[in-house]
Amino acid sequence: MLEVRLYLAQRASAAIMAPLVLIHLGVMIYAIQGGIDAAEILERTRGSLFWGANYGLFVIAVSIHAAIGLRNILREWLSLRGIRLAVISWIFFAGLLTAGLRAVAAVVLP
Amino acid sequence: MSFPTESNSLPIAVRVWRGTSAGGSFEQFEVPQQPSQTILDVVTWIQRHLDAGLSYRFACRVGMCGSCAMMVNGIPRWTCRTHVNKVMRDNQLTIEPLRNLPVIKDLACDMSEFFEKWTDSKGYFQGSTTRHDPVSTLSPNSPQRRVADAATECINCAICYASCDVVNWNRDYLGPAALNRAWSLQNDERDSASAERLSVVAGDAGCHQCHSQQGCATHCPNELNPTASIAGLKRMVTKAYLRGELPGHGSKSDA
Repeated sequence: MLEVRLYLAQRASAAIMAPLVLIHLGVMIYAIQGGIDAAEILERTRGSLFWGANYGLFVIAVSIHAAIGLRNILREWLSLRGIRLAVISWIFFAGLLTAGLRAVAAVVLP
Repeated sequence: MSFPTESNSLPIAVRVWRGTSAGGSFEQFEVPQQPSQTILDVVTWIQRHLDAGLSYRFACRVGMCGSCAMMVNGIPRWTCRTHVNKVMRDNQLTIEPLRNLPVIKDLACDMSEFFEKWTDSKGYFQGSTTRHDPVSTLSPNSPQRRVADAATECINCAICYASCDVVNWNRDYLGPAALNRAWSLQNDERDSASAERLSVVAGDAGCHQCHSQQGCATHCPNELNPTASIAGLKRMVTKAYLRGELPGHGSKSDA
């Protein structure tokens, strides 16, 4: 059952990431037209529920997607199995999630 | 026995793998070119004229039995239907045993694991009727039958198995041929082991390991597409899971 769940989780997270990446790129290209600096970016993102949800969701999706992908690579290239494979994958997931959410908090929290 | 040789043609420089899984090396032979010569003809010529100890496997010589597959210039091929002039480069051939399988001797592989995986994936028909029941009526035009038909005609040559990088990385992986067979049976309306088979192919050695690289489809001599069959199994497993119809499955190394 685990393989099916991971398969679905990886595809669902990819489906979430795709539109969020497009939003990110679109807004970035639009916003940078007249020149923009860090202070202006923070002015727009701080306290914004929309950008907090947008990038928070993106970080969660990336953490799930990348950890499952890394799990596949570890299993195929290093022949890791069982608890070691699970522990390394979970640590990678937790690391990505922590670093990503900290970054989101830094630009979104007032 | 002598064959007519192609005029003005140089002999073929053939490197042949000699040895077992424990070790070995290439041995060089020179073989005269002949009209309509196949790779199997080359190997047979070496055994009959140059080295009677060369081991290899073949049976039908017409592309039906699936026993003569070897690596030819790095690509898995059915050697009885592969013409020398189609694959030879600079008058040279390199012939090796199939990749991803243990070598018994020279060009003969041990096919046990390949066939055991067919059994593991329940790649056999399981009916629920007896001879006393009426014969099933199947429409050859039904969508399910068309899908099943597209996956048949496999000759068990293991070329797909040799071309698959996932098999190379994960020795437990059932492989393209076994999963392709499972897919054709899943679409056989008469088969009664669908739920059990689905739970096996959903396991950690099953369809989800496939990266859709399509090496199997590229090299299959019968132009089957095991990648498409495996994609079908993924869809079938996903639907069963979402409906809560996927029973617990046997897992070799749950992680």
